[in-house]
Amino acid sequence: MIGIEHYLVVSSILFVMGVLGIFLNRKNVIIILMAIELILLAVNINLVAFSVFLGDLTGQIFAMFVLTVAAGEAAIGLAILVIYFRGRGTIAVDDVNRMKG
Amino acid sequence: MIQLVSFYIFASIVIASAAMVIFARNPVHSVLWLIVAFFNAAGLMVLIGAEFIAMLLVIVYVGAVAVLFLFVVMMLDIDFAELRAGFVKNVPLGLLLAVVLAAELVLGIGAYQAGAVTLGTPETGAATVSATVPNIEAIGGLLYSKYVFMFETAGLILLVAMVGAIVLTHRKSHGTRGQSISSQVQRRPEDATRNVNQPVGQGIEL
Repeated sequence: MIGIEHYLVVSSILFVMGVLGIFLNRKNVIIILMAIELILLAVNINLVAFSVFLGDLTGQIFAMFVLTVAAGEAAIGLAILVIYFRGRGTIAVDDVNRMKG
Repeated sequence: MIQLVSFYIFASIVIASAAMVIFARNPVHSVLWLIVAFFNAAGLMVLIGAEFIAMLLVIVYVGAVAVLFLFVVMMLDIDFAELRAGFVKNVPLGLLLAVVLAAELVLGIGAYQAGAVTLGTPETGAATVSATVPNIEAIGGLLYSKYVFMFETAGLILLVAMVGAIVLTHRKSHGTRGQSISSQVQRRPEDATRNVNQPVGQGIEL
């Protein structure tokens, strides 16, 4: 019988995959955004697993809001990516210094 | 038994496709592997009876977000080989960090499994899972009653994201001639026409 630990292991591996993806593809902002989506997917699996095994639906409601924010974040991130590409002709983000931050 | 087998199938495909997302050479392949990962994560959620979130995952992620990624990847003309130049250089630090993080998480799960923490019991109320009410119906009932303001806020977040994306990427087109209604309405006859008493034998000045 599967327990909550199975789901926790899967979601933690998925989370680490996302972090590793951000570190490996530091130049390619599209892959970075996909890695963030993977991290949020891991968070969602965690929330749903706890919600189901605890018997409390609030976790699933919260997972829905995480999904909303993830969708908005992807849209805004890709919009910023498109205008960045228009301005510089590349999407290499390791030398972003226009704002001198 | 079938539950266990399908759990392991879904879980291994999720993890394998997540690895393909970050290691694939072509970003289009990355997006496609991301879709596979989302589908199998939805399978994992269906397996424990969270159908609504699973369907939402398929509709929102596969139907909207992944297609958005695909559009952007295919729209921009990018030299992806050049972007992978620092890949090998970043591998040691990334792997170190990943191993440390994974060890921490596994340690935490091991401690949890050893019985250090109990999951507790949910507070009885509207949010308690009932065996008779279907998942979607229960979530709908909760979402439109207890969490209705949160629900409205989620809609507001999506509106802000939509307006932001449009404002960021909208370009004023310079090549086309648009209609300026206010200048048309403000135009007076004396600006546009004049009366001249034209002498005979001279050319007309236009």
